[in-house]
Amino acid sequence: MQRSDLAALIGLLAFALFPALAWAGGLLWAVDLASRMLIYGLAALALNLILGYGGLVSFGHAAFVGAGAYVVGILSFHSFMGGGFLGLPGSGSGFLVFPLAMLVSGLLALAIGALSLKTSGLYFIMITLAFAQMIYYLFISLPDYGGEDGLSLWARSDFGPLDIGNDVVFFYLCLGLVLAFTLLKRRLVGARFGWTLMGLRDNPRRMQALGTAGFRYQLAAFTLSGAVAGLAGALLANQTEFVSPSFLSWHLSGELLVIVILGGIGTLYGPLAGAVAFLLLEFLLREVTEHWQLFLGPILILVVLYARRGLWGLVEGRRRD
Amino acid sequence: MSLLLIFEQLLNGLQFGVMLFLIAAGLTLVLGIMNLVNLAHGSLYMVGAFVCAWVSLQSGSFLLGLVAALPATALVGILVELLVLRRLYDRDHLDQVLATFGLILFFNEGVKIVFGARPLRLDLPDWLSGAVEILPGAPYPAFRLAIIAVGLLVGLFLYWLVTRTRLGMLIRAGASNREMVQALGVDIAKLYTLVFGLGAVLAALGGVMAGPIYAVEVGMGEPMLIMVFVVIVIGGIGSIRGAFVGALLVGLTFMLCRAFLPGLFGLFLDPAGAAAVGGALASMAIYILMAGVLIARPRGLFPAQG
Repeated sequence: MQRSDLAALIGLLAFALFPALAWAGGLLWAVDLASRMLIYGLAALALNLILGYGGLVSFGHAAFVGAGAYVVGILSFHSFMGGGFLGLPGSGSGFLVFPLAMLVSGLLALAIGALSLKTSGLYFIMITLAFAQMIYYLFISLPDYGGEDGLSLWARSDFGPLDIGNDVVFFYLCLGLVLAFTLLKRRLVGARFGWTLMGLRDNPRRMQALGTAGFRYQLAAFTLSGAVAGLAGALLANQTEFVSPSFLSWHLSGELLVIVILGGIGTLYGPLAGAVAFLLLEFLLREVTEHWQLFLGPILILVVLYARRGLWGLVEGRRRD
Repeated sequence: MSLLLIFEQLLNGLQFGVMLFLIAAGLTLVLGIMNLVNLAHGSLYMVGAFVCAWVSLQSGSFLLGLVAALPATALVGILVELLVLRRLYDRDHLDQVLATFGLILFFNEGVKIVFGARPLRLDLPDWLSGAVEILPGAPYPAFRLAIIAVGLLVGLFLYWLVTRTRLGMLIRAGASNREMVQALGVDIAKLYTLVFGLGAVLAALGGVMAGPIYAVEVGMGEPMLIMVFVVIVIGGIGSIRGAFVGALLVGLTFMLCRAFLPGLFGLFLDPAGAAAVGGALASMAIYILMAGVLIARPRGLFPAQG
């Protein structure tokens, strides 16, 4: 495990120094791309909590990302245009909308999880997808908030003295949140909570025989995962300064799964490595050819077939199997 | 008048349902027998539609397009099975989702390169483009009736194939105990390839049927694929009968809600609001249906045994 922590520290250092290096190299635009990597990484880290440690394949995590993004978008819309949403006045304050985004996504995850966790396996994959599709169509049908076209943000969220309109400041906000969640997850996974989740993943019947209320643990993990995905959504809305139903689409859910698996499922830092690799690959292929998906597809297939523990598996080296 | 309207919408639902069934049948077999989640099944549907549209455009004959599309798609399907999917049978669902997601990206971009980014038009021959008066005063498009007929025939054929033939027996046996079938000397790999080819042909048939009604465009497979997964999950994975019942349920729910919900909400909302809420609920209805079915019966309506 030491080797993996060392690699993670090096990664953190590289990220922390990145804006300075980019500035020195005249690549300041790359800071925006790096912020995007962190945001996708945060969503993937959240997904990995239930996917990697809980063994619950959620194919609907875009719902929570999108819900978080729409909380930011809708409240920002009302703070500039007047009016309110369900009696709530609009607001552009990040200190308010970010926690609210987490709360809304978390409650949504609580509801969806409570219903979905009654099923398992393939049926769980499909029912989470179904709920995400419901939310997707719900937002498409709200003409007040742009419907299918989405909603432009008037300004990034207001964090008082912290001006996240500046790309570098925004980058450090993303980095800080990713770091905070990684530390929290590290602690959770090492605690009784994490071991219970892993036990339920590997041998649910035995856990039941031991008298564990598995459903509650899984639901708690699902809710936390949804809330953090909502936080990633709030960041994503700020990064693109735009909110659209595509944040809720099953393509994003699929991409998040891809990122987790690419990085290394059930590893602490793998999903971040996956997000960096995936977005970098997408960016580079886009530069080379407009038909980048023609190459991205087979690369994903090769990763599945030949790199079974993901990129982080390479970092960790040989391990028990 | 309104009875005729309901009747017409019922037929629309039936037509949409049997089209979903064509695609669902192949997917549920692959899922039930090979235990493979194939997200790229929608790509086969797209390939079928594109080949048919392209050949029809070149030759001017819809039938020729149909005749070309089925074997071409079967070939593509078998190639994909041999090159990629075969290696995924003993992996978990997650790996399969990821690899077939990669296949979707590949196929969407590949079709864009081969056939161009613009949607193709698929025209019907004269003998199919008219309307038939099924009840006095209620004309209905002949092509949609043809879809219903073809779908029902395929349903009967599959029922016969699975329950009455030796191949069907092997398919059922392979679904409940793969090792035992293999131990009895059946070449299970060949059986899988065959079943996959059959599924590809059915998906292509669905694509050909959908072509003249919806647009033949890149990415047409995915919305369909998600609906088809809903169908399969409602019906119970691996069950042809379940796929049939599920497809009709989803088709009828979707079409009836789309036709009548906006009017229903119009009774107590203003017209614009009613259209929005009704339209949204109609799109959500099939997912609500699926969630309801799964909460009541977590393994679908007709869980396959074994």
